[in-house]
Amino acid sequence: MQPANLFLLTLVLAVLAYGFGYARSRSLAMPLGGIRHLKSLPFYYGARAALWSGIPALLVLGLWAAFQGKVIQLIVVGGLPPELVPNTEGQASLLLSKISNVASGALPVGFVEAPIAEAAERLQALRAQSRMLMSVLVVAVAVLAGFLGWLRIRPRLNARSQVESILKWLFFACAALAILTTVGIIFSVAFETVRFFGKVPFTEFIFGSQWSPQTALRADQVAAEGAFGMIPLFTGTLLISAIAMIVAVPVGLLSAIYLSEYANRKVRGVVKPLLEMLAGIPTVVYGFFAALTVAPFISDVADSLGINASSQSALAAGGVMGIMIIPFVSSLSDDVINAVPQSLRDGSLALGATQSETMKKVIFPAALPGIMGGVLLAVSRAIGETMIVVMAAGLAANLTANPLETVTTVTVQIVTLLTGDQEFDSAKTLAAFALGAMLFLSTLLLNVIALKIVRKYREQYD
Amino acid sequence: MTDQPSQAELVRQSLKRRYRKERRFRAYGILAIAIALSALVILFADIIGKGYTGFMKTSITMEVNLDGEMMYLDDPTDKRQLKMADFVEPLVQALIREIPGATEEDRDEIRGLINPYASVTLRDALKENPDWLNTTRTMTFLSHTDVDVYVKHAGDAGYSIKLDEQQKAWVDELLERGVIETSFNDVFFSGGDSRDPSKAGILGAIVGSLLTMFVTLILSFPIGVAAAIYLEEFAPQNKFTDFIEVNINNLAAVPSIIFGLLGLAVFINLFGMPRSVPVVGGLVLTLMTLPTIIISSRAAIKSVPPSIREAAEGIGASKMQVVLHHVLPLAMPGMLTGSIIGMAQALGETAPLLLIGMVAFIVDVPDGFFDSATVLPVQVFLWAGSPELAFIERASAAIMVLLAFLISMNALAIWMRKRLERRW
Repeated sequence: MQPANLFLLTLVLAVLAYGFGYARSRSLAMPLGGIRHLKSLPFYYGARAALWSGIPALLVLGLWAAFQGKVIQLIVVGGLPPELVPNTEGQASLLLSKISNVASGALPVGFVEAPIAEAAERLQALRAQSRMLMSVLVVAVAVLAGFLGWLRIRPRLNARSQVESILKWLFFACAALAILTTVGIIFSVAFETVRFFGKVPFTEFIFGSQWSPQTALRADQVAAEGAFGMIPLFTGTLLISAIAMIVAVPVGLLSAIYLSEYANRKVRGVVKPLLEMLAGIPTVVYGFFAALTVAPFISDVADSLGINASSQSALAAGGVMGIMIIPFVSSLSDDVINAVPQSLRDGSLALGATQSETMKKVIFPAALPGIMGGVLLAVSRAIGETMIVVMAAGLAANLTANPLETVTTVTVQIVTLLTGDQEFDSAKTLAAFALGAMLFLSTLLLNVIALKIVRKYREQYD
Repeated sequence: MTDQPSQAELVRQSLKRRYRKERRFRAYGILAIAIALSALVILFADIIGKGYTGFMKTSITMEVNLDGEMMYLDDPTDKRQLKMADFVEPLVQALIREIPGATEEDRDEIRGLINPYASVTLRDALKENPDWLNTTRTMTFLSHTDVDVYVKHAGDAGYSIKLDEQQKAWVDELLERGVIETSFNDVFFSGGDSRDPSKAGILGAIVGSLLTMFVTLILSFPIGVAAAIYLEEFAPQNKFTDFIEVNINNLAAVPSIIFGLLGLAVFINLFGMPRSVPVVGGLVLTLMTLPTIIISSRAAIKSVPPSIREAAEGIGASKMQVVLHHVLPLAMPGMLTGSIIGMAQALGETAPLLLIGMVAFIVDVPDGFFDSATVLPVQVFLWAGSPELAFIERASAAIMVLLAFLISMNALAIWMRKRLERRW
C-alpha cells in the first residue's frame, strides 16, 4: 500500500478506536447508573483510545517510510557481485540510478549487464516486500495498541488528564521541531562542508580569487583542476546587495517617513497595501522582469551613451532586488519611527521646529539604531535572495566593482552546482554545501546582530 | 544703535529657507513613494504587455479528406497501422486546397504552417472515431508556432518572424478568409510542458503546485498552531523555551535556498526519497513556512483577552479545555489569515524547489504525491530561460496566472481579517 493511503487507513483506524472507546466507556457506565459515575466524559475515553492507536502506528509509518529507501539501497548494493561493488560514492549513485531505471522500466533490461538486471529485480521485490511489511506492521500496531487502549478503559480511569498530557507533549514536539530544523540545517551543510575542506584547503576557499568549479570528470581529462576561491563570489554578492540597498534604503525610508508623518489616513490606507504588494510578488517574477526587461534596457541605454555594458549586468539584478526590498525597509522603519515617543515630537514642534527639522534632528537620531537593525535585516535578505540573481546575474565569476559588468553570487553558484546532473562526493557538489554554510553563517550573524539592536532599541522606549 | 538685525528678524529671514527645506523634504517623500509605485505599475504593465497574447492560440480550420489510401491506413483500430500511417499528408493536401494558387511543389512551405503535433491530433481523432476513415471532415488544428508568432507579433521588432514572404502572404489571406483564426488558448490550460511553445501548457505545473501546497498545508497548519499553543499557553519560562523562540525567529530569516540544501541533504540523500516529487517539495516548504505560521498564530493567541481564560477557568475548566474550547476558536480567524499569507509565500517560492530537482522537463500532468512534478513558479523559471520568444510569452502568461492565485489568496486573507476578526 502507498504510504499516503496507509496514512489515511491509520486515521480511519484511530477514528474507529475513538468510536469503540466511547461506546465502551458508556456501556461500562451503564450498570453504575449513567456517565456521571465515570471519572471523565466518554469523549476522553474515546480520544484516549484513538491516541493509543494512532500515535504509535503513525510513528512506525513515518520512520519506515523515511528509512526504507536507504535500507533497500544498502541491501541491493550489498547483494551485488564483488567486482561490481562501487568503490567511490560517485560510482555508487550512478549504479543506483541505473538499477532503479531498470526497475522502473525506463531502461530496457537488455541494455545492462546481467547482475544489474538481477539487482533491479531484487530492488523491485524488496520494494514490494517492504511496502507489504510496512502495511502489515502499521495496521497491526494500530489495531493492537488501539485494542490495548480500549481494554484498559475503567470507570475510575482519569482519561481526561491522560489525554491532556499526551496532547501537551504533542504540542511540545511541534514547537521543538524548530530546533530540529536548525539542527538539520547545520548538519546537512556541516558534513559536506567538512568533506569539502578535506579536498580543498580552507585558506584557498576563503582567500582564493579564482572561481571555476569545473573539475575533470575523468582522471585523464585535460580539463582545469577547478579553482575554488570564493572572493569573486563574495564581492559579487556584496556588489549586488549594495546596489539593492542604494535603491531600497532611501526609497523605503523616505516613503515610510512620508506615510507616518505627513500622509493622511486615506492616502496611507491606499499606498501602504500597494507597497506591501511589492513584497508579495514572487521572486521569480522579479527575476523575469530583471532578466528580460531591465537588463536589456540598461544595456541599450549604456550602448547609446557609448559605454560598454554586459547584457547580464549587476545593476539590473541589484536594482530590481532593491525594488523588492523597498517594502521590507519601509515597514521596518515605519515600526521604528512609530515607536519614538510622541513627547519627543511634541517637544521639538513646540520649540518651533518644522516637521522636517523634527524628523531629521530629533526622530531620526532617536530611531537610528532601530533603522540600522532594519537595514541589516534587509542586507541579509539581499544576500540570501536567489531567483533574481539566478535569472538576471551571470555565471562568470568576475572580480570587479563595475556595476555594468557581469558578476555572480553565492546563491547563483549553489543553484548552478546543484541542479542538473550531479555526482555526490565531487568537489563541485561539496563546494555548493560549503557556500551554503557560508551563506547560512553570514545571514545568521547579520540577523542576530540586527535583532539584538532592534530589541535593545525597543527596550529603550518601553 | 547698531544695524545688527534683531533675533526675531534673523528667525524671520531664515523662515523662508526653512520652509523651502520643509517643502523639499516632503517632495522627497512623495518622490520615493512615486518611485516605488511606478516600479509596481511598470512591472505589471510589462508582464501584461508581454504575456496577454499567451492566452491566445492560432488555429487552422479546414476540410480534411481522410483518404485511407493516402494515409496508408485501412483499419484505424489496428495499433500497428496507426503507428505506421501517414497523418501529415491529408493535412498538407487539405491546406493546399485551401490556398488558391498553391501547388504540390509548395508542399514543404505549406507543411511549415501546420503544427507538428497536428498529425497526432488527427491520429487520436481517427483512433476514437474509426468510421471517419474515407470521409471528409471539417477539423481544427493548431498552427505552427512560427505562424502563431507572425499572426500575433507581425509588427513587433522584438520578434523575429521565421516565415518567408510567400508563407506570409498565404497566412494573410487565410486569416482574411477565416481559415486561420486566433481564439482563447485552451491548450495553455489543459496540457503539460512541451518543447513546442504552441503546445505548452500550465496544467501540469498547476496540479504540481496544488499537490505541493496540499502537503504543505496539512503539515504546516496543525504543527504551526500546536507549536504556537505550546509556546503561548504551556511553555514554562526557562532557557529551553527561550532557545526554541530564538530558533523560530532565526529560521524566519534564513534564506529559502538553505531549506533547499536541507531538503537535498536530509530528505533525498539521507532518507532516499525520490527527487522532484510534490511530497519532498511540500516537506521543504513546510519547514520554510512554519516560522511564519507560528509567529502569526502566536499573535492571534495573544490577542484573545485574559478575561475569556479566567472565566473558563473560573467554572472549572482545565488548562487544556480553556485552550481548546475557548482560546483556539477565538484565535482561529487570525491563525487562518496568517496561514493563508504563509501559503501564498510558499506558492511563489522557487529556489528551494530547484535544489530538490523540481526543475525537470515534465510533459505529463502529475497524478500523485510521489509522481515527478514541477510547480508554477518553476515553470515560469524554465520558460523564462528559453531563447524562444514564444516561450517568454507563455512565461508571462503563467506569471499572470500565478499572480492571480496569489492576489486571490491575499484578498481572501484580508476579507477574513475584516470579516471574522474580533476587536476586544
